[in-house]
Amino acid sequence: MAVLLLAEVNDGELALDATAKAVAAAKSLGDVTALCVGATAAAAAEAAAKIDGVSKVLCAEDAGLGHRLAEATAALIVSLAGDYEHIVAPATTDAKNILPRVAALLDVMVLTDVSGVVDGATFERPIYAGNAIQTVKSSDATKVISFRTSTFDAAGEQAAAPVETISATENPGLSEWVEDKVAASDRPELTSAGVVVSGGRGVGSEENFAMIEALADKLGAAVGASRAAVDSGFAPNDWQVGQTGKVVAPELYIAIGISGAIQHLAGMKDSKVIVAINKDEEAPIFQVADFGLVADLFDAVPELTEKLG
Amino acid sequence: MKVLVPVKRVIDYNVKVRVKADGSGVDLANVKMSMNPFDEIAVEEAIRLKEAGKADEIVAVSIGVKQSQETLRTALAMGADRAILVVAADDVHTDIEPLAVAKILAKIVEEEQPGLVLCGKQAIDNDMNATGQMVSALLGWSQATFASKLDIEGDAATVTREVDGGLQTIKVKMPAIVTVDLRLNEPRYASLPNIMKAKKKPMDEKTAADYGVDVSPRLEVVKTSEPAERAAGIKVGSVDELVAKLKEAGAV
Ligand SMILES: Cc1cc2nc3c(=O)[nH]c(=O)nc-3n(C[C@H](O)[C@H](O)[C@H](O)COP(=O)(O)OP(=O)(O)OC[C@H]3O[C@@H](n4cnc5c(N)ncnc54)[C@H](O)[C@@H]3O)c2cc1C
Ligand SMILES: Nc1ncnc2c1ncn2[C@@H]1O[C@H](COP(=O)(O)O)[C@@H](O)[C@H]1O
Repeated sequence: MAVLLLAEVNDGELALDATAKAVAAAKSLGDVTALCVGATAAAAAEAAAKIDGVSKVLCAEDAGLGHRLAEATAALIVSLAGDYEHIVAPATTDAKNILPRVAALLDVMVLTDVSGVVDGATFERPIYAGNAIQTVKSSDATKVISFRTSTFDAAGEQAAAPVETISATENPGLSEWVEDKVAASDRPELTSAGVVVSGGRGVGSEENFAMIEALADKLGAAVGASRAAVDSGFAPNDWQVGQTGKVVAPELYIAIGISGAIQHLAGMKDSKVIVAINKDEEAPIFQVADFGLVADLFDAVPELTEKLG
Repeated sequence: MKVLVPVKRVIDYNVKVRVKADGSGVDLANVKMSMNPFDEIAVEEAIRLKEAGKADEIVAVSIGVKQSQETLRTALAMGADRAILVVAADDVHTDIEPLAVAKILAKIVEEEQPGLVLCGKQAIDNDMNATGQMVSALLGWSQATFASKLDIEGDAATVTREVDGGLQTIKVKMPAIVTVDLRLNEPRYASLPNIMKAKKKPMDEKTAADYGVDVSPRLEVVKTSEPAERAAGIKVGSVDELVAKLKEAGAV
């Protein structure tokens, strides 16, 4: 039984944490072959070869595979699919873009955001914003799966597995890349950070978010946001935590000026320790918080930042 | 250009979900149902394209139980021109999988020949995030998922996508499938006169069999359970106490 794992490669670089978590999830299913795809992917392939549990790496470099456009990458995966019973990836936006396309081309269902492996055909996945966990058994010959990274611990290191270069399939040429707007940051990545500090509508403005960022920097944390904060322009879209944003499970999650709608809880309620700061003592966020502080955030957050460390 | 908008009837996003005691699923009897919020955004975008003179007809499609006609009426009241209801289940607890939905939609696309299909990025019940991508695969069309901006110029669309790292802009060949994200627009409410007018707009009724699509599931639901509950926490009285508790818990 063999597994083909689409590694997360961003502009030639391996996203190690997400990929290593997916490898950990996939290991019990069979021998894992990692596929690294991109305009450049050789360095990513070398890094993927060292993830414990990877038995082989396939590296496909081609201009047409740059920027992770779905059509070309899906076509390549489908051309390799015959050798594998499972085709998997970490549940990133790239994989969510590509894997359903692969599944449809293979005439199989896709299993997205899988949070647990029962056996080679049976998997658990959250539905209804994480308010229910469904166990499903696939009758398809090929199982196409994205793994929710927040529920798996990253696989460790090993001596490098062999890397084999493969060529791209013909590019259908349906779409082309125009530009990326990616904010450079020295902070840890949201989905792999040990501590996340998130702000909501209560923070009030983009300028006020500096207060959230100052606390995050004190803690070496990533910064998150509620949908309301992103919609209001206080924070960029890639900070959104929740049902339809990123799912995080850090050691410590601090929710500031966030009410705790189920769609937000869906993205953070598996955090180890949850702190909530909110001036409304009835706010639902307090129902999931280990430590709740009823206070005006404009007083509490600067004080907390000062007193930590 | 004709725009096809698939809309799904789902549990209203404000309703507290209850797992049935026998583990067979989520209780959907007598709960408020609404149009999937992402699909409202898709309908709104289609209407704006029509208002801008870039689209001339909007066809809403829903696949599921007969009651989905309510969802289609909402789309018509917002401004869609006509609707197609594909009855594929009798029990409100039956969820048609994205692969089967995509196959039916692909057939409808072949019949209707739209220039654009606008899907939601994700249904908030099954949280699959798959249907648009699958339709695109079956048709061999270009796909642009998670759109927060859509610009159609001639035979190409420029789409800004919300991705993990920030925003990505791509240019896709038309016809295309676009799946819409939260920040593409703010959907309008249907006005009372438009709700009345919508009652007279045409709605075709079909079945899955009319399209020759087998909707039997590929994924058998073994069980549905409640997620693990968190132990109740405590309220602290001051920032000092919070810092002390966090240190005690080894969290900072
Ligand atoms: C389809 C769909 C998908 C969604 N996806 C997501 C998602 O992925 N993530 C997400 O977060 N949401 C999501 N939502 C939105 C969600 O339903 C809520 O609207 C949102 O989470 C609310 O954000 P908020 O808590 O910041 O704002 P609000 O609910 O407005 O809460 C603001 C809080 O700040 C507090 N506050 C105000 N001022 C202060 C102060 N000075 N000091 C202390 N506290 C203060 C208030 O008491 C209040 O509790 C989604 C909704 C839909 C329909
Ligand atoms: N049964 C359905 N009827 C109509 N449209 C659907 C249906 N299921 C899914 N869709 C469309 O596909 C999108 C994504 O759904 P999903 O892949 O189930 O998360 C939805 O937002 C709808 O636009």
